Amino acid sequence: MPNFEFPASIKSRPVYGRLEPRKGKFHLMIADGEGAEALIELAAADGALMAKSHIIYIPRDTGAGFAEKLTALGPAQLYIGPSYPAAVPRLRRVLADAHMGLQVYLTGTEGLMGQAMNEAMAAGIPHSAIQTEHRGSLARRMQCVHCKGITEDVMTDPFVCSHCGLHLFVRDHYSRRLAAFQGVRVDAEDPGNIPDPVELYS
Amino acid sequence: MSAGTDKLAVTVTNIVPLNDLVTRFEFQRSDGGELPTFSGGAHTVVEMRDGDITRLNPYSLMSDPMDQSTYAISVRRDDAGRGGSLFMHNRVRVGDRMVISYPVNLFSLDLRARKHLMIAGGIGITPFIAQIKQLAATGGRFELHYAARSAALASYADELTAHHPNNVSIYHDDQAQAIDLVHLLDGQPLGTHLYVCGPKGMIDWVRAKAADLGWPREAVHYEEFLAPQSGKPFEVKLALSNKVIEVGEHQSLLEAIEAAGVDAPYLCRGGACGQCETDVIGYDGKFIHRDHWLDDEEKASGKKIMPCVSRFEGKTLVLDR
Ligand code: FES
Repeated sequence: MPNFEFPASIKSRPVYGRLEPRKGKFHLMIADGEGAEALIELAAADGALMAKSHIIYIPRDTGAGFAEKLTALGPAQLYIGPSYPAAVPRLRRVLADAHMGLQVYLTGTEGLMGQAMNEAMAAGIPHSAIQTEHRGSLARRMQCVHCKGITEDVMTDPFVCSHCGLHLFVRDHYSRRLAAFQGVRVDAEDPGNIPDPVELYS
Repeated sequence: MSAGTDKLAVTVTNIVPLNDLVTRFEFQRSDGGELPTFSGGAHTVVEMRDGDITRLNPYSLMSDPMDQSTYAISVRRDDAGRGGSLFMHNRVRVGDRMVISYPVNLFSLDLRARKHLMIAGGIGITPFIAQIKQLAATGGRFELHYAARSAALASYADELTAHHPNNVSIYHDDQAQAIDLVHLLDGQPLGTHLYVCGPKGMIDWVRAKAADLGWPREAVHYEEFLAPQSGKPFEVKLALSNKVIEVGEHQSLLEAIEAAGVDAPYLCRGGACGQCETDVIGYDGKFIHRDHWLDDEEKASGKKIMPCVSRFEGKTLVLDR
C-alpha cells in the first residue's frame, strides 16, 4: 500500500516521514500491519542494517503474510506478537538495556506509532530523533474527552465511544501523552441530532 | 544595546591568578544589592573601557548559579588576541568599577536528560563549573571529562576532583593522556545528553564521533565562542542610520557599528547565537564569514552577515542597519 498523503491540518496533528537508515550500532524497529513493507524497503536501502536490528512486529489483520518476508531480511532479532500491549514488556526491556546511539524506527498505524513513541521518549530519546512512517490503515486511536476511555481503530466520524456509548466527533486534536486523538460528543447542543457516520478520509 | 543584555554596575572584589594563563575575577554589585541568579552555562558580556576603545567580551559565569552575592569568571590570557584578555589581566584591579551584562544562557543543561556527560578542553571548563554546582544542588547525575595541556594549566581540576571524585576524570596532554571518546560515548545509557566546550578541534571531534555513533543531534550541546579576528580595515555604509563608518584593523564590525552610536542587536558576540544577523543591501567585494550561524547557502548568497565575528574585503558594503 502506498503512503497516504494526509491533508493539511492543525498543529497538534502528528506528521509522519519516510524511514531512512541512520548510523548507529543498534536499531530498534516497531511495526504493525503494512508497516512491514516500510521495513522491507528500509532493509533494501542499507544491506548491513538488519544484522544490527531488533524488529518487533504486530501483524494485526493484514500482516500475516509478512512474517516470512521479515524473517528473510535476517534481523538480529525478530519478535512477532499478537498485539501491541503484549509487546510492551519486551519493548521496555529492550529500551532499558539500550545505550545512546540506538535508532528507533516506527511504522504502521498511527495508534502503534504514537504509543511506541511514548515508550521511546520515556526512555530518554528526544521525540524529534525518532523516525516514523505511516503505512496501512487510516483508523485512529481515539480518547473520549467525556469518559476518558480509549477506542481503538476508529474508522468513521462520528463514532460510538466503546466505553460510555456517546456519539463522538473525530477531532484532529492529538495528545502525544495519550497517543490518541480527541473525540467530542457530536450532539452535545442538540441531543439526538447525530449525523450519519462517514468513513474517515473518504 | 541588545535584547536580554541589560547592564549591571559591578565592582571587582577579588582577583585570583590560578596559573600562568588563567586568572579569576570576582564581581559584586556596586550598589550593594543582589545579583540575579542564573542557570549553569550562562555567560556575561564584560565591558572593557580601554582608552577610546570599548571591548565587549563574553565570559562564562563559573560561580554558584544560586549565589546572588558574587559572580566569578575565569579569563585565559591570549597574547595573540585583540587585547580583551590582556586588558583584564594587566589593567583590571580590585576595587575597579565595571559594567557587565545580565546573564544570558546559550549553553544550558537539558534538564530532561537522565545523565549529563560533559567534555571540557582547557578554559572550556568554566561553564561546566557552574553547571556542576547546579546539578550537585539538585542531585543531577553527571560525569565530567576534562582535558588540559598539563597539570599546572588544569584550572580547577583539583577542586573538582576533591568535590566529585567519582564523577570527574582529568587528562593531561603532556602525559599523553587522551579521552577515549569512542569507548566513552558507546556505553552511555539512553537519555544521556552530551555537552562539549573547548577548542574548535575538540568540539568538531566530539560532534563528529557522536554523529557517527548515532547520537541524536538534540542530545549533543556545544559552546564555542569565536573571538573576532583582526583584518584589513574596511568601510561600511549603514543605510538606515545614514552613516559611513570605518572598521579598524583590530575592531569587529559590530564594535564599529556601536562606536558610531548605532544600536545593534547581539547576545553572544561570538558567532553562535544568531542575534546580530544583519541584511546586506549591496556590496562589491568579498565576505569573510566566520560565524557558526549562517548556513553555506546564506553565506554564499551575499545577503547576510554576522557583524560580531565576520568581516569584509572590497570596495563597498551597504548594510540594513
Ligand atoms: S551576537 Fe551572537 S552571532 Fe553575533
